[in-house]
Amino acid sequence: MTTETPARTPAAAGKERRYDAIVVGGGHNGLVNGAYLAKSGLRTLILERRHLVGGAAITEELHPGFWFTTFSYALSLLRPDIIHELELTKHGFMPLLMPTTFAPKEDGDYLLLTQDRGENLKEIARHSAHDADAYEAFEHDVSQVLQAIKPLLDQVPPDIFSDDPEELVALASAGQRFRRMDKQVLHNAVRLLTGSAADFLDDYFESEILKGYLASSSIIGTKVGPYSQGSGLVLLYHFIGEHDGVFGAWAFHKKGNGGFTQVLARAAQGFGAEIRLESPVERVLTRDGRATGVALADGSEYHADVVVSALDPRRTFLELVDPRELPADLVDSIERFRFQGTSAKVNFALDGAPRFPALGDRTDQYRGFTNIGPSMEYLERAYDDAKYGWYSKRPYLDCALQSTIDPDMAPPGKHVMSCFVQYSPYHLRESDWDTEKPNLGDTVQRTLEGFFPGFGDLVLHREVVTPLDIERTVGLSEGNIFAGEFLAPQMFFFRPAPGWSQYRTPIEGYYQCGSGTHPGGCVMGAPGKLAAGQVLKDVTARTTKAR
Amino acid sequence: MIRTTPFHERTSALNETGLWEHWSGHLTAVRYQASEKFEYFAVRNSAGIFDTSPLFKYRIHGPDAERFLGGVLARDPRAAKPGQAQYTLWCDDRGFVVEDGVLLRHAHDDFVLTAAEPNLAWFGDRIGRLRVRVDEITDEYGVLAFQGPRSGQILATLAPRTAELGYFDLTPETIAGCPVTVSRTGYTGDLGYEIWSRRDDALTIWDCLQQVSEGQGVIPFGMTALYMLRIEAGLLLLDVDFASSRYAWTDEQRVTPHELGLGWMLKGIEDPDRPFIGRRAILRELADKSSRWRLTGLLIEWQDYDRHYNDAGLIPPKDHVPVQEELFVYDDAGAQVGFATSSMYSPMLQRHIALARVRPELAKPGTELRLEIAVNHRYEYVRARTARTPLYNPERKTA
Repeated sequence: MTTETPARTPAAAGKERRYDAIVVGGGHNGLVNGAYLAKSGLRTLILERRHLVGGAAITEELHPGFWFTTFSYALSLLRPDIIHELELTKHGFMPLLMPTTFAPKEDGDYLLLTQDRGENLKEIARHSAHDADAYEAFEHDVSQVLQAIKPLLDQVPPDIFSDDPEELVALASAGQRFRRMDKQVLHNAVRLLTGSAADFLDDYFESEILKGYLASSSIIGTKVGPYSQGSGLVLLYHFIGEHDGVFGAWAFHKKGNGGFTQVLARAAQGFGAEIRLESPVERVLTRDGRATGVALADGSEYHADVVVSALDPRRTFLELVDPRELPADLVDSIERFRFQGTSAKVNFALDGAPRFPALGDRTDQYRGFTNIGPSMEYLERAYDDAKYGWYSKRPYLDCALQSTIDPDMAPPGKHVMSCFVQYSPYHLRESDWDTEKPNLGDTVQRTLEGFFPGFGDLVLHREVVTPLDIERTVGLSEGNIFAGEFLAPQMFFFRPAPGWSQYRTPIEGYYQCGSGTHPGGCVMGAPGKLAAGQVLKDVTARTTKAR
Repeated sequence: MIRTTPFHERTSALNETGLWEHWSGHLTAVRYQASEKFEYFAVRNSAGIFDTSPLFKYRIHGPDAERFLGGVLARDPRAAKPGQAQYTLWCDDRGFVVEDGVLLRHAHDDFVLTAAEPNLAWFGDRIGRLRVRVDEITDEYGVLAFQGPRSGQILATLAPRTAELGYFDLTPETIAGCPVTVSRTGYTGDLGYEIWSRRDDALTIWDCLQQVSEGQGVIPFGMTALYMLRIEAGLLLLDVDFASSRYAWTDEQRVTPHELGLGWMLKGIEDPDRPFIGRRAILRELADKSSRWRLTGLLIEWQDYDRHYNDAGLIPPKDHVPVQEELFVYDDAGAQVGFATSSMYSPMLQRHIALARVRPELAKPGTELRLEIAVNHRYEYVRARTARTPLYNPERKTA
């Protein structure tokens, strides 16, 4: 954003290059982490490689007057405690309601859900009378699961490999929680955590458009199809977020997710953290197995007893430090850690809102997500292409005309349209992304043209972001938007590696706080916060010991 | 037969819900589309249009108009110069609040006063021998509130003189050949304006405003969104946050300006040259320190709120629809020390908030109290802290 939070210039900061804590990476988790550390009184420096903070949560004016959420584009999983503890509303936190969900069908019909429950049931009944109350039952059953497992998002995973009594107590209390759960709720939780979204949805619904819309949440950011085992977990993650207390509701932050990370930056600075832009960290400095600071690409050094990496596990363990300093089993685990980014973005500047023939000149259906995934079969076939190393011929698209919610995103009457695209595997079998980039853009545009005749005539500007672009620009390995796949073996006490899920690393004073740690990706902030808690625990213990 | 406002031809076409409520004998939209919260955000993020025509309006004019108003209003009308407006209230002779309203001073001897309820007899009966007339002009005007951060820049394209208006200023203007008054006033706590047009010009004004707002996220908003906005803004509502002394049955129901947190209006009350109704009683209240209450904002502690619901096995509801009924306020010892009159979940503040009256000594911002809420059919006592109103107060409102 041009309203970038100004970084203090090196001259202004003086020659002093010693801090209590240095955070590597100014993405949302780095900012959250730095803000908590600063709030606790640590002299904190946040180093960002690019000219703006936010990582993958940025908003840029890529076409005059049109502001694009280049990568990440909506908010839901952000933990409520972070909003309050970092006093974000003081700094301009403003999650705007997205009041509709629009799911066009290939035959010209559609499913349009609004904020009116009664209207929604009628709308679902238009496709299947059976599914109307099944939808209510589904929401109730899933909400019970979400309510039961939600506390896991806000706690450090217990270390199941440790004999430490504190860990055993934590483990026992987690076990207790499961024991107290209703049998049916626990069973549903296990089905979702381990099974396929398709199996779960088939138990409730018969309408293809409804199942297609719901199953879309089971594939986002992950190399699974709705029929794959494991897609249930992805579904659960996309429902467990909340907006103003409503599970599964998403919001559009004022001026996009870049607007949100600017709020975080202001909060961090408000607590005293210093942010330096265009400061790529080359490596973490260590001595005798202890972190002592960081060296930038230009050779300059900053020193601190605490260094926190907000980068993904591959960069945290294999690039910022010398893997030879780490235990072999950890290095093996990280090398096996699955990234395999499979998502892309195509962002459009439009001369006007697209026209959906069945709705005539209406445009209010675009005030939320427009879901191009009309059936589970459509989604699965899109996945089939990816299985064999190619991008989908008819991709799944999660679109948002954000200017219909926030008029500051585009000039009056014009629109920006963010399209999340899947599947676009990082590893292409017979070509490369530099070659295929324009073709991916054409594929997406052609798909949209099928649903919105005349779409192409509206396009003023098009920005294609491939997984390779995500990796190159943001630094997320293989362009994985979650900094590592959401697969059961990579979650909770296995994220990012067995024995290293508590934000510490084998190098004393070196911590991890990116989305590659528990509870994972999306603009959640929980890894940043939980890691800060661990840092502060250790700092306090050290200070007490020193006394 | 229920009446409609001068804008009804437009508002009825736009109201997709068919939901209306009755406001002073007129149909007024509860909300225009499925989500009142979307309308609320339009006001906080772009601009919204609200048809405020049913509000009672009185023209008070004549050579003694200022003197008359100086005697019946608690706030000194002399402080408003021609071209200025002021939020004001009037009291009975015991110093209890009758009502509040906005006074617009068009000229030295020409004022308009708004009121929520009929007050023609109240004012008319107090003219005595002064050379002043009080005329009811409620039906002569169509009034639109145009509120939100974009309202100023959009309105300036229609009515350039409005760009110069300071907070609570007003100016005559012409929109599409129609004479209007534009005041920088409103009931949302945001940057905003009210456009006062002749009844017959109302549709023209609506159409012009719609046209210049096109493509900028401007939508009409209904009563529910208005209530959300006014609670965040700490703006009071008659028969919700206070009762008119005229129709109260007991003094417990009555309230003084100080008790409503409106003591700031009484600047210059010591000055004996303005003997307004209620002055002596208010001076006695101040001298005796006999105020029973003080109005305050309440910020409900979100973790404690969530805990009560989670412990009961429920998902903590975060409902933005205002509850305009009493909830009781207690101290830690369990003694009732006040009552909340309006409460809601504020999307802008991301927590539950309330307007409440508490014992004066507890009104200091940051005082910890407990609010009684019903959870799972039981009363629970959730922690809350007093806070100065407005609870939401963007700089642009007065900038």
